[in-house]
Amino acid sequence: MSTKPKLYYFDGRGKMESIRWLLAAAGVEFEEEFLETRDQYEKLLQGGSLLFQQVPMVEIDGMKMVQTRAILSYIAAKYNLYGKDLKERALIDMYVGGTDDLMGFILMFPFLSAEDKEKQRALIIQKATSRYFPVYEQVLKDHGQDFLVGNNFSWADVHLLEAILMVEEKKSDVLSGFPQLQAFKARISSIPAIKKFLEPGSQRKPVPDDKYVETVRRVLCMYYDVKAN
Amino acid sequence: MNVYCANLLSSLQIPGNQARGNMSGKPRLHYFNGRGRMEPIRWLLAAAGVEFEESYLEKKEDLTKLQKDGSLLFQQVPMVEIDGMKLVQTRAIANYIATKYNLYGKDMKERALIDMYVEGMFDLNELLMKYGYLPADKKEEHFANMMDKAENRYFPVFEKVLKDHGKDFLVGNQLSRADVQLLEIILMAEECKPDTLAKFPLLQSFKARISNIPPIKKFLQPGSQRKPLIREEEVPKVIKIFY
Repeated sequence: MSTKPKLYYFDGRGKMESIRWLLAAAGVEFEEEFLETRDQYEKLLQGGSLLFQQVPMVEIDGMKMVQTRAILSYIAAKYNLYGKDLKERALIDMYVGGTDDLMGFILMFPFLSAEDKEKQRALIIQKATSRYFPVYEQVLKDHGQDFLVGNNFSWADVHLLEAILMVEEKKSDVLSGFPQLQAFKARISSIPAIKKFLEPGSQRKPVPDDKYVETVRRVLCMYYDVKAN
Repeated sequence: MNVYCANLLSSLQIPGNQARGNMSGKPRLHYFNGRGRMEPIRWLLAAAGVEFEESYLEKKEDLTKLQKDGSLLFQQVPMVEIDGMKLVQTRAIANYIATKYNLYGKDMKERALIDMYVEGMFDLNELLMKYGYLPADKKEEHFANMMDKAENRYFPVFEKVLKDHGKDFLVGNQLSRADVQLLEIILMAEECKPDTLAKFPLLQSFKARISNIPPIKKFLQPGSQRKPLIREEEVPKVIKIFY
């Protein structure tokens, strides 16, 4: 029996992607079971595997963990990516909260109507460049260190890189006013475990497409219109 | 979902930088005079027996001032001045307080359970919180959905947790933030539907038991810093602060 963590989700980014990133950054191999049919989902539900009837779900260390933040916190703590004390944890939690909010604007993007997509793209860029990126730029500028917190690689760095790349997919030159973030991006991308994750053939998932949207709607019976926030 | 209230709520969730601390040594909460996203923090501090002060945002200028003086990392509240930091992001604040005051379990596995339970409660809290801010024509549908989630998704889970281990507290046989937050959402759900716990005998006794813990009992009494349910006539004033 494998002791690798096993991820249960759709074959796409969604809420599971941050977990894939963190496991990859920690150098942890993991398996995945992709939900393609309603049937599979109902089996998981009936088997009592999903505490609140939702995915993501990750089997790890004998637990069936749900709730993205709970899973991420567990992995971060287990693999020493959560700072060395309470104050560093607080900083990491704050920074991750920001990148989580930013990526939240992108999460629902594929489900929006074409018209709403245009509006949302503009909103994402605006939030990224006026609210979130300036903060991380300033943090890096202020301490002049390689990593966001405690001069050590942490969850906050992984999450920020993920967010940067996602926003760049919406506007490729979005980092043009942020030299520190540009250097940060290059630096973190070249960490071996991350570099590997960024290469083709890794478990990193591509930009969600219509097929992904269709799969999610089918499995979750989620046929209502999704509105932008 | 109403875009108006969605925007309001997304702007309520704001972080801050951390520079100067609060002179009195007590944590100081910056928010409007209402529940919103700050209420779980008030509960947690109260349960830990920690006295705290509050600065209320009454008008837009109050928020702008905080934004301009660099107190809010992501331009948003809640913000809590504590131990020389200006903490923002509800989870970051709650995690810090829970850890500091030993309400976060004794090891990683207990933390994992607490986190799972608390995140589920956060989700339900979002639904309960939004209700007060919705326009009249959206309320009925939202009410049905939120009570359905409370009674069919969340309460059964916690009823079963208590049934399975037969202990007084949700995790690790001692009081944790999970217990505090569960009591909070039970009470909020009951405000909307008084008989919501009808099918959950263990949650009923849990509610009585946790309510009796001295600092919590005190917090439940009139005159505490617990905030009341938002009244319809107050909603425009709150929205004005953020728009």
